Amino acid sequence: MTDVLNRPATTGTGHANFGRLMTGEWTKLRTVRSTVYSFAALIVSVIGFTALFTFLTVQQWSQMNAGDRAQAQLDPVPQILGSGLFLGQLAICVLGVLVATSEYSTGMIRSTLLASPHRLRTLAAKCVVFTIPVLVVGEVLSFASYSIGKAILSSKIHTSLSDPHVTRAVVGEGLYLGVLGLFALAIGQLIRHTAGAITTVIALVLVLVPLAGLLPGSIGKHVSAYLPTNAGQQIMQIFPKDQILTAWQGFGVFALWTAVLLALASWLLVRQDA
Amino acid sequence: MGARMIEVKQLVKRYGDTTAVDHLSFTVEPGRITGFLGPNGAGKSTTMRLILGLDRPTGGTALIDGKAYKDLTDPLRSVGALLEARAVHPGRTAFNHLLYLAQTQGVPKSRIYEVLDLVGLREVAKKRTKGFSLGMGQRLGIAAALLCDPRLLILDEPVNGLDPEGIVWIRNLMKTLAEQGRTVFVSSHLMNEMAVTADHVVVIGRGRLIADTSMEEFIARYSENTVLVRSPQAGKLAESLRAVGAQITDRPDGSLLVNGTEAAAIGEVAAANGIVLHELSPQHGSLEEAFMELTKADVQFHAPTPGAPGDAVPAVGEGAR
Repeated sequence: MTDVLNRPATTGTGHANFGRLMTGEWTKLRTVRSTVYSFAALIVSVIGFTALFTFLTVQQWSQMNAGDRAQAQLDPVPQILGSGLFLGQLAICVLGVLVATSEYSTGMIRSTLLASPHRLRTLAAKCVVFTIPVLVVGEVLSFASYSIGKAILSSKIHTSLSDPHVTRAVVGEGLYLGVLGLFALAIGQLIRHTAGAITTVIALVLVLVPLAGLLPGSIGKHVSAYLPTNAGQQIMQIFPKDQILTAWQGFGVFALWTAVLLALASWLLVRQDA
Repeated sequence: MGARMIEVKQLVKRYGDTTAVDHLSFTVEPGRITGFLGPNGAGKSTTMRLILGLDRPTGGTALIDGKAYKDLTDPLRSVGALLEARAVHPGRTAFNHLLYLAQTQGVPKSRIYEVLDLVGLREVAKKRTKGFSLGMGQRLGIAAALLCDPRLLILDEPVNGLDPEGIVWIRNLMKTLAEQGRTVFVSSHLMNEMAVTADHVVVIGRGRLIADTSMEEFIARYSENTVLVRSPQAGKLAESLRAVGAQITDRPDGSLLVNGTEAAAIGEVAAANGIVLHELSPQHGSLEEAFMELTKADVQFHAPTPGAPGDAVPAVGEGAR
């Protein structure tokens, strides 16, 4: 016992730095099962639903009316990208929330803040380390699901990355998932309780948009356009759904929502007891 | 090395209307074991959390080596802490938990196995901590505290949940750490536990300082010393001692417990009366008794009992310096 205690433990330089915090956060992220499960759910649902929906479109082609066929041929990209994303994005929402709330539900936050008492730096490291894999997986998935959808639809519908705005839309899906992950993380950090935070994120992502649609006339249209995920999904459209926000403006609005929530979460993290 | 490892000054923590820590000031000197005593709810854990920067104080300061915790470079290299509350993700393995800590401080992986060996968790290193017993959890907490070879250890109720073997292990570990020149600041509500380990005690009640003194002085000051006397002429001796103002308690085995008189004086009384003594041994008050005395004082100070004898009850804060 005495032996081990007498041996010098460290050979490091003794400087706290951001790289070390990121290495540590990466270890935390990859060593819990929820990360693996969430990414698996994301991949399976995005690829699976894209394949299923595009396959059904081809199967039902002869029963579709002429107007629907024309619409599908004119603008197939949102259908290809959207069918997998609609459910798949929830996996990222859940993981983003868990990355923040599991610290509190398990008490790990105390170990984290003892090792790394600079709370803003710690949160920043967590955000970077979580967002990078989501972005990478998101981009790969986006291109993969587009290619699969395109291949399945090829007998009825033609689409190509070289068509106007298609590459932007496909790249955009990956970017959207990256920001969505941060959006969920910020809400998790704000609320600190897993169930409450997941409910809130799902309400914001899935429930709020149809709800805003019930508002009358142009008020409803404007409110709806500026809602976080609705604005963010503009980047996956070839033809803007409404004329209120362009693709990048919409994405900017989504990023702004996320930045405001993160700022709020940071402010609370620094002020509140752990 | 600074003269003071921990310096707490006028520390206050309020939660709404409740004051958990109330203008608390004390210091922890290097190279010894300082016990931090108080009944449950006295504010020990809160004070430790304030020292470690986990909670924000309402007022006052708590410094380690003259710095706030958050200003320490690679804090785990200076301070190893074991908190009372859980601080581990149950879905992560013991090894990976320590790996995270090691990476943030720039400590090599080989050190993880060293501390796992030290606490006897090497065989379950790759198991999720979900299945750990309370005792294993405490051992992992100790491993985390020792991981970066800190000079100061802050341990909140380290013997909680440990079996007798584990308790002895923690005691010996703390002594070894202190012998190596490390500072150990350890809280407990078990007074006898501290009596066998601590060199110095800081006692708090209701968030306020009651005593800050060496263990020996603490016991001498707060517990009445008694003398155990055996004599074939116990009855006569008791009479003679009462005559000089001593208080006598008869014990079932025929011996006497004498209060209020030194052993030497008892010997003199016996000699003067020609009484034979078979045993004359001063009994040192245990820390438990001393603590009960203090707690009693605290309670009586705040809620005087009508009709209680008004003698010799030290007021709260009398021992505080």
